[in-house]
Amino acid sequence: MSRTTLQYQIETEALCYHCGQACEEESITMADKSFCCNGCKTVYEILNENNLCDYYTFDQNPGTSLRFVPKETYQFLDEASVKKKLLSFESPDFSRVEFFIPAIHCVSCIWLLENLQRLSNGILQSKVNFGRKQVTIDFKPQSISLSAVAQLLASLGYAPSINLEGSVSQPITSNELLVTKLAIAGFCFGNIMLLSFPEYLGLENSDHQLKILFLFLNLALALPVVVYSANDYFTNAWKSFRQKQINIDVPIAVGLAALFLRSSFDIITQTGAGYLDSLSGLVFFLLIGRWFQSKTYESLAFDRDYKSYFPLAVQKLVGLNWVPTIVYELQKGDNIKIRNVEIIPADSTLTSDEALIDYSFVTGESKPVEAKQGDLIYAGGRVIGQAVELVVEKKTSQSHLTSLWNNAVFQKTEESNYKKIIDQAARKFTWAVMAIAFATAVYWHVVAPSQMWLVLTSVLMVACPCALALAAPFTYGSMLRVFGKHGFYLKNADVIERLSTIDAIVLDKTGTITHGAAHVKFIGALDDEELGWVKLMTSSSTHPLSNLISKSISQSSGATLDSFKEKAGNGLEAKVAGHVIKVGSASFVDFAGQLSNQSSLVFVSIDGMVRGYFTIETALRQSIKELIAKAKGKIVALLSGDNELDKERMSELFPRSTQLLFNQSPHDKLQFISDLQGSGKKVLMIGDGLNDSGALKQSDVGIAVTDDTGVFTPNCDAILNGNQLNKLNDFIRLAKAATTILKIAFAISFFYNIIALGFAMSGNLSPLVAAILMPISSISVAGFSTMAVNRVSQRGLKHVA
Amino acid sequence: MLIIILLISVSLTIAIGFLVAFIWNIKSGQYDDTYGPSVRMLFEDKKKSQSEPISSKKK
Repeated sequence: MSRTTLQYQIETEALCYHCGQACEEESITMADKSFCCNGCKTVYEILNENNLCDYYTFDQNPGTSLRFVPKETYQFLDEASVKKKLLSFESPDFSRVEFFIPAIHCVSCIWLLENLQRLSNGILQSKVNFGRKQVTIDFKPQSISLSAVAQLLASLGYAPSINLEGSVSQPITSNELLVTKLAIAGFCFGNIMLLSFPEYLGLENSDHQLKILFLFLNLALALPVVVYSANDYFTNAWKSFRQKQINIDVPIAVGLAALFLRSSFDIITQTGAGYLDSLSGLVFFLLIGRWFQSKTYESLAFDRDYKSYFPLAVQKLVGLNWVPTIVYELQKGDNIKIRNVEIIPADSTLTSDEALIDYSFVTGESKPVEAKQGDLIYAGGRVIGQAVELVVEKKTSQSHLTSLWNNAVFQKTEESNYKKIIDQAARKFTWAVMAIAFATAVYWHVVAPSQMWLVLTSVLMVACPCALALAAPFTYGSMLRVFGKHGFYLKNADVIERLSTIDAIVLDKTGTITHGAAHVKFIGALDDEELGWVKLMTSSSTHPLSNLISKSISQSSGATLDSFKEKAGNGLEAKVAGHVIKVGSASFVDFAGQLSNQSSLVFVSIDGMVRGYFTIETALRQSIKELIAKAKGKIVALLSGDNELDKERMSELFPRSTQLLFNQSPHDKLQFISDLQGSGKKVLMIGDGLNDSGALKQSDVGIAVTDDTGVFTPNCDAILNGNQLNKLNDFIRLAKAATTILKIAFAISFFYNIIALGFAMSGNLSPLVAAILMPISSISVAGFSTMAVNRVSQRGLKHVA
Repeated sequence: MLIIILLISVSLTIAIGFLVAFIWNIKSGQYDDTYGPSVRMLFEDKKKSQSEPISSKKK
């Protein structure tokens, strides 16, 4: 028995051979290679056995850190109804399935996933689509089941993400359509320009017949542009017109229609050359704007909806057996079993004696609620501790949770503000254009009635606000991309708008300014075997302190837990190898002494004897000091759910003006933010999204700080990579700059419109003038927006990089 | 004069041919994954000896 004092620093140099993460604990070594966890080692072993170690030669540390996936997770895939939805081809001896695997990220991933047949005989062939992060697997259903295929992928660290409702390929096809439209518009635009050259150069008298031929060719080329490429604008305009609303598409459609009708008339009556080059050019540029926008959104992987948080299947009692069943097929009266940390899928009554339910997903309240037998438990609660049995009361589709989420929480981001601004501008713009058109028509009717229609159509043509429509996608789209490059992922462009108005920042403490990584020290006496028991216990709990302790212990024990209880807020109790072990607070283990310490303490007792305690000191994020220095005036408060132990350290860190509030419940946090908003502030809340989701939702911009972008909370507007926190103030400044740039772009577009209107109203709009003016306005607006954003962001983020 | 008409019809036909080819490419999914094939051709065939390390840029 040796007296052990453990102290582990997180910044160890050893990197995991499999996933490249720093080995946080004393690493597991095998064949000169170090691994950060057992999961990574296991994958290496599987690959090694099957002679697949080429995996490691294509890319360094290609693996993904593995989370343990229990066997039952994918059992529901063998249900006939699920299979039918997932398999793209099914016959007795051949099946094909497509899985979406978010973990695909490098060459090694492609290689391994395309060599699956070497790991299992039942798999015939697999093919990766890197862009879509999809793998298509052909397999023999007699020798391997669908659930086994999913399990195999998960065991390699490529857990498929399964969504039974939407198909993955849907957005891609709409993008395909857009590119096709764009290609046709571009083709016609180019050729019409070519055929218009004689017109541009003024070679009118050279050959009359040839000129007519060219004009009719132009008309033929313009037809697909108007009928096919631009048809969205016409249908959208018609729709909004019928709803008696005017959006940006209405003046565009009117302008395009005026251009086409006037040009056709000119060409057919042989009175002029028409404006078909301008027309096709405009459609081409408009479509480029849309394509750019869709590309931007595609690159932001923010498309998961709340349904991905719903469990897909639960254990249902059929006869005497627990059978995995799809959530949507649950009926009233079904008996279901929910295990630790699983979400309850439907409103139900408890049949077990008691349960601890965490409703933080629904209410933002993170303190678990105790429920007794017979209590009604609402969907969305997360079971903590022991598995519980329930009887379903309501089907999921009409459940409390679905309606709750459908109504309140997700509304904030639904309405796109910047779209509203554009539509407002478009409305004013349209009325102004109508007034101008009417006035000019009246004027020309008096002066020269024969010219009236020509001038009127010219006015409508040049009033087409195409540059206006391009300004927002290019400005905000470029900004979103710049942010994305720096580890700041916004939910949509609207967030930029709101971010630019922020004048108060509220920080959460745990997980936001303190890091998950920590210094864990054990003071007391435990031998290696006992430490192994403690590791075993703490690894079974989801509490953050348990996780930290479990990570800090390198000794592992072969023993199994005989019984395990987790008392929320107190600690863990378990029976291992005949000993009763308690890990938890001082009162939980009956520790009588007094200790004054600044860090969290976790005591260990074995068979009633207190053996020592862990001190856990959470480390500050490195980027936090820089953030505080930069955004001094804006940081209003620090809200912490913890006790005041850290107060001294925090008051050293923050300037005097910052309020430091401790012992804040999620509800207090929410209240604090709405009070701030009540005093007219625009509040930015930064949290980790776990116990402050309510506050994130309430704030004007809620940012979830994370070290792993795979974690996502539906309540936040943006995800910020933990090590980029220092740039937050720069991001706010850039958002401000982006709104300024957008305004300038609007001004430029109006400026061109006014010049063009001048030509049109005076009756001097020649095809050549239109052909120069209109594309130039589009190009200059799009170019200005993109370049200005890149310039500003380069300057704004350079000194921090 | 005839020659210009001829040339234009020839050039337009060729251009339309390329346009059709491009659209066909889009439809048949050739632009869906622009990264995969470029690395796939570097993979050794199955059951051969350990391949030499191929360094490639991450992501």
